[in-house]
Amino acid sequence: MIVSNRGLPPLSRLVLAALCSAGLMFLDRYTDSSTQLRSYLTTAVSPLFYVASLPESLFSGASEQFMSRQTLLAENVRLKEVLLRQSGQLQRLGFLQQENDKLRALLGSSPVVEGQRLVAEVLAVYSHPFSHQVVLNKGSNDGVTEYQAVIDDQGIVGQIVSVGPTSSRALLISDNTHAIAVRAERTSVRAVAEGLGQWDLLRVMHLPHSTDIREGDRLLTSGLDGRFPEGYPVARVVRISRDDSQPFMTVYAEPYAQLDRIRHVLLLWADSRVATPDEGEQH
Amino acid sequence: MLKTHGLGFIYLSLFIALILTVMPLPQMVKLFRPDWVLLVLMYWTMALPARVNVGTAFVLGFLIDVLVGTVLGVNALAFSVVIFIVAVNHLKIRNFAIIQQALLVGLLMALYHLLLFWLSHFLTGVSFLPEYLWPVPIAMLVWPWLFWLLRRYRRQFKVQ
Repeated sequence: MIVSNRGLPPLSRLVLAALCSAGLMFLDRYTDSSTQLRSYLTTAVSPLFYVASLPESLFSGASEQFMSRQTLLAENVRLKEVLLRQSGQLQRLGFLQQENDKLRALLGSSPVVEGQRLVAEVLAVYSHPFSHQVVLNKGSNDGVTEYQAVIDDQGIVGQIVSVGPTSSRALLISDNTHAIAVRAERTSVRAVAEGLGQWDLLRVMHLPHSTDIREGDRLLTSGLDGRFPEGYPVARVVRISRDDSQPFMTVYAEPYAQLDRIRHVLLLWADSRVATPDEGEQH
Repeated sequence: MLKTHGLGFIYLSLFIALILTVMPLPQMVKLFRPDWVLLVLMYWTMALPARVNVGTAFVLGFLIDVLVGTVLGVNALAFSVVIFIVAVNHLKIRNFAIIQQALLVGLLMALYHLLLFWLSHFLTGVSFLPEYLWPVPIAMLVWPWLFWLLRRYRRQFKVQ
């Protein structure tokens, strides 16, 4: 860094820096090697994320230490109740799953495969409004691969974009460069929801004025993008404006996942995707 | 002139600034987080332009790109341009009163954010929101304190 102390005048250094930056931007944006490069770089800087999250984890660790016995007991009771309720629902789910498999077998379509899951913790959330990404504490050593879907307890969070040995980076659905194939639960209208760079808003693109969509409609993943498994909640329609001078409706939706305060996420493996050939032919 | 002393202290301060940049914070606070690395770089460029210059700015900007997840090279270029301006005018800026310096820092920060937005808009099509400029006034408020702190730090450890 300091090598060229006396050598170059500032202007030529600037030109050199600008050329290097332009090269980097081109490499990152317009070539395929950038994912690999990003993975290496993420690995190289991951210790820094661990150091940076140290104060916070120390603080939360200390607050857990000093939590009173009473609070812990109350939390324990509450969690047991939640667990009981959810395992009750799971029993029903097992039954429904079986029934669904049988029905699918009768229809001759391929069954829904329940994929593997992995819990990961968020190491760092990027602060920059131009890039909504999070770093997770699981990497290729845990079997994480690129393009895996990431969910939290409410809905879809995003997808993995680069993987290091012990950490990986997920692009959130609210990022500017992200789009996800969705289906309205009520009417099965299919659309694409794109991120706007805002934590609590997605835009549903290219819906004609005649489309049946209302505020409060639930948008689920349609699985047609081939990245996200079908049927997970993505967002709720919050605002629709029909301006006849525009070719399409403007529809905004609010993601279910709490993108600005995620701590733990679940990674889904791609084999939980549903193949629905009959639907693909119809449209 | 080239007898270096305490170069490690410069890198230590930049390292701390990097940590502050990626430290997890609540979303509301994050919007107001000043660009610590660029502020610290500005100070060192002003004080010791022979040690910290466009090259250092480029490397640090690249690191920020990697850490923050913007398109590689975007921050590197914006950092280089801002630090170039500081490096060329370091003698003038040094003689400014602290208020004038803070105003200038605000201007340079605004330039940095607009450059960043313009490059990102060109590359990934981001849309502009006025609240992206919050770090600019915050940086102006932070500058006098940071300047005082770093000057003490520099004199304490006799960084040259």
